[in-house]
This record gives sequence, C-alpha cells and structure tokens, in this order.
Amino acid sequence: MSGFIALDGVSHRYGGIQAGPEGILAIQDLTLSVGRGEFAAVVGPSGCGKSTLMKLVTGLQFPFAGHVMVAGEEVRQPVKIAGMAFQAPTLLPWRTTLENLLLPLEIVRPHRGEIRRNRAAYVERAEKLLASVGLDGFGSKYPWQLSGGMQQRTSLCRALIHEPQLLMLDEPFGALDAFTREELWCVIRDLHAVRGITIILVTHDLREAVFLADRVFVMSARPGRILAERKIDLPRPRDLEVTFSTEFQDIVHELRGHIVKARQ
Amino acid sequence: MNSSPTLMIRLAPWLFTVALLLLWEFVCRAFNIPEFFLPTPMAVARATYEFWPAIYRNSWITLQTTLIGFGLAVGFGLFLGLAIGWSRTIYAGIYPLMIGFNAIPKVAVVPILVLWFGIGFMPAVLTAFLISFFPIVVNVATGLATIEPEMEDVLKALGASKLDIMRKVGIPRSLPYFFGSLKIAITLAFVGSVISESIASNYGIGNLMLQAQAQFQVPLIFAGLVALAVEGIVMYWVMALLEQRMTGWAQRSGFAQT
Ligand SMILES: Nc1ncnc2c1ncn2[C@@H]1O[C@H](COP(=O)(O)OP(=O)(O)O)[C@@H](O)[C@H]1O
Ligand SMILES: [Mg+2]
Repeated sequence: MSGFIALDGVSHRYGGIQAGPEGILAIQDLTLSVGRGEFAAVVGPSGCGKSTLMKLVTGLQFPFAGHVMVAGEEVRQPVKIAGMAFQAPTLLPWRTTLENLLLPLEIVRPHRGEIRRNRAAYVERAEKLLASVGLDGFGSKYPWQLSGGMQQRTSLCRALIHEPQLLMLDEPFGALDAFTREELWCVIRDLHAVRGITIILVTHDLREAVFLADRVFVMSARPGRILAERKIDLPRPRDLEVTFSTEFQDIVHELRGHIVKARQ
Repeated sequence: MNSSPTLMIRLAPWLFTVALLLLWEFVCRAFNIPEFFLPTPMAVARATYEFWPAIYRNSWITLQTTLIGFGLAVGFGLFLGLAIGWSRTIYAGIYPLMIGFNAIPKVAVVPILVLWFGIGFMPAVLTAFLISFFPIVVNVATGLATIEPEMEDVLKALGASKLDIMRKVGIPRSLPYFFGSLKIAITLAFVGSVISESIASNYGIGNLMLQAQAQFQVPLIFAGLVALAVEGIVMYWVMALLEQRMTGWAQRSGFAQT
C-alpha cells in the first residue's frame, strides 16, 4: 500500500549533501507510510530527527536521498494542505485570539482573496472552531491573557481553520501540566473523529501516543530510522479510563522497551 | 494610599530637578564660584530672559534642522533595515560597511559636508541624518531577524511567500524595535545638528553658544545648554509617547512599577 503519506528510503543532512560529514545526518534511510484519515504517532529519543521528519513531510526541508510523497505527489515545495502546531503556541501577540485564527486564511488560497469581502462568514467559522475546543467568547482576548492550555488550543485551531487534510503536531502538549494535557488529548481525539483528518503526532509521551494513535512508530537515535511499528487496536472512541487498563499499559511497556533499546 | 505611589512618580521628575537646581545654586554660593566659571541657576535664568528673542529664534532653527535630519534618517533607516532583514546577502554586504561608517566620529565629516554644501543649513541637516540612522537600521533588522523559526514554518507550510511573512509577521514584529529606536535616534540627531552648528553655521543654538563663548558671556552659554536640554526632553518625550501609542501590545510588563 502506498499511503497518503509515504517516505521511502529518506535520508536528510542539515547543511545539504555537500556539507558531507561536516553536516549533521539527521535522518537515514527512513521508510514509513500513513494512510488517509489515519492517526500516526512518532516517538523516539530527543534529537533523533522527529522534527526533521515533520519538516520533510511538509516540504520545509528536502532529503538528499529517497522520496517523500504526500497525496500521491512528490514533495518539492511546502505542501499547502497541512496545518502545523508546535510545543510553543507561536501566536502573534499583537493579534487577538480571533485575529490569530484568521491568519492562515489571509495566506491560503482561495481564502486570501475572499477574506476581505466575506469577513463575517470567516469570523463565524473561527468562532465555531473556538467553541469546539471550549474557547467560546475568548476571541477578543490577546494571547497573553490566555493560560498556556488555552494558547495551545488556539494554536490547534489555527492549524485547523483552513480545513487542511493533514495535521502535523510536533510535541504540542510538551509544555503543559498533566491535567491540561489529558484534556487536550480528548480535544484532539474528537477533532480526529469528527473530521476524519490525517494526523501525524510527534511526542515523547508514550501514553499520549498509545491513547491517541492508530499506529505508533518508534525512531532510533540519530540518524533516525524507524525501529518498530505498533498498531494500536484499542477500540474507539477511547475514554481516558482506557489508559488504566492492563491492555493499554502492556502496549506502553512494550514501546518503552523499544525506546530503551533505541537510546543505546 | 492607593494613589500615592503614582502621585509620587508624577512628581518625582520635578522634585529631582528642583533639588538639583537648589544644590547647584547652593554650591555656587557656598564656595563663591565666579560667574565666568560656573554661573548660578539664577544667573542663567536672567540670561535666558535677557536674550530670549535670540534663544527662541535659534532654538527654533535647531529644532527644524534636527527634525528634517531625523525625518531623513527614519525613511532611510527603515528602508535599509527592511532590506537587511530581507536578505542575508544584503546583510552580509552592508553590515560591515555600516559598522565602519558608524565608527567614524561625525565631527570629522562636517568639514567635508561644508566643502560640498557650504556653511549653514545643509551640513547640519546631513550631520543629524548621518548620526541618527544607524540605531534605526539595527533595530528594524533585529526585529526581522528574531522571527521565531516555528512561526515561519507555520506560514511557509501554508504557502506563504517571503513578502507575506514580512507583512504579516516581520514588520509588525519589528515595530516596537523601530519605535524604541526613535527615542535614541532623535537624541542623536539633535547632537548631530548642534555639532554642525557650532562648527560651521551662522544660526542655531550651537552657533549661539559659540558666539556667547567668544564674548565670554558664560551665563548665556549655560542658557543655551538649558534650551538644548529642554528641546531634547520634549522630543524624547514625543517619541516615547508615539512608541506607547503604536506598540502598546509589546509593553505589559509590570517590572519597576514603583
Ligand atoms: N536547522 C538545523 N540545522 C542544523 N542541524 C539541525 C537543524 N535542526 C535540527 N538539527 C539537528 O538534527 C538533529 C535532529 O533534530 P530534530 O529533528 O529537531 O530532533 P527531535 O525533534 O527528534 O528532537 C539534531 O541533532 C539537531 O541538532
Ligand atoms: Mg523536536
């Protein structure tokens, strides 16, 4: 099966191939495939090339060997069907929450041509999205008036406002406290269920990966490769309770074993 | 009790100024310092009153010269700052030149300007311009250079062009730096025009002070200094107000509020 996202024998070196051994070989001979509508999680030791993998898929970096295919096409420029969210919410402090949400629409075609004329409709869309992550009525607040969890929700909304087919999440909950993090797991879970969007989630939290994903990929230490791939068969919709089941904990344990090996 | 700290802060500048003047007056009298060495504030005030028309006219000229030079510096500084922030090549090419240029004391440039434009208005305007554009360039470029790479990635992955990123993130982001630099630039422009006036002009406060010195009217020299200080404070204050107006979002720290 050649999936919605397919990486085949991909190697990437920062500084370009001409950098040779001087450059940092971030990823080597990495192969992976994610189907349309699938929720994939990537786990691995810190610095193993997870963020690099995200950049390769979205066309922000290009490999010196191998192929990156998204939606059946080789990636040669930024892909434009993706939304991204990172550990830092990266909201613009001079814009309100609502204006931050509208930012992608000011850039992505065809919206950028229409947002002036149709502003009311777009504002309504943004407000609906805010409501769906529990941020009703916060549109007029500035980012610094929001808690860390609320900023991260806003950042998620910004990644989704233009209805991308692909959502790329790079350790989006890393900086949040445990309770907020679990709340946001449920937000993401529901977004995925409702929209059927393809999601790639990078995380170092194994419980997070197992709770959310259909499949978990374990990466080796740098240069990153896929060491193991684990299908998660826990039935959906998953409740937070599932994280206390033995089945869940067994999977986490098993992945943990891979990570321990990867770090050696 | 709630309003007393803010009242204190409002009064503080005046109290400190009055205290300084009193101290000055006291020292002059206590040690019997001769007027041609250090005149008392009272003597300076008297000189200001006596020569008010000349001081007023020349202050006005200095102000105009400074503002024109400053205006040029803002335009040119913005343009160059954006260019440097836009392209690494332009940055690499221009930055060393600018540092070298900035290191030249502008007093040394005045004679050349006089050679080109003659004595008077032009050299003063150009000195004000030359001395004040550097901080504007550096600050605008810094604002652009410190865009978070993640923010850039988010926008690029949406298909944003470099111009989009500049318009949506870069320029708004560098505005606080820009307005912050105006406070420094206006003060420098002022220094520039006065330097040039006192070397090569027949007008302006700089020239007035030079003539007062030639005639040994020491209180008038000090009256000129005070006029410069007042103008400097007013211009700085206007720039600070502008900064607050334009970039309130960047200033919400409660640091040093009392
Ligand atoms: N822009 C860059 N230039 C040079 N080296 C980089 C750059 N980004 C990441 N690297 C290096 O590539 C390796 C993988 O980085 P990254 O993909 O960010 O890892 P992870 O996200 O898994 O922590 C690291 O060793 C890092 O130092
Ligand atoms: Mg990373």
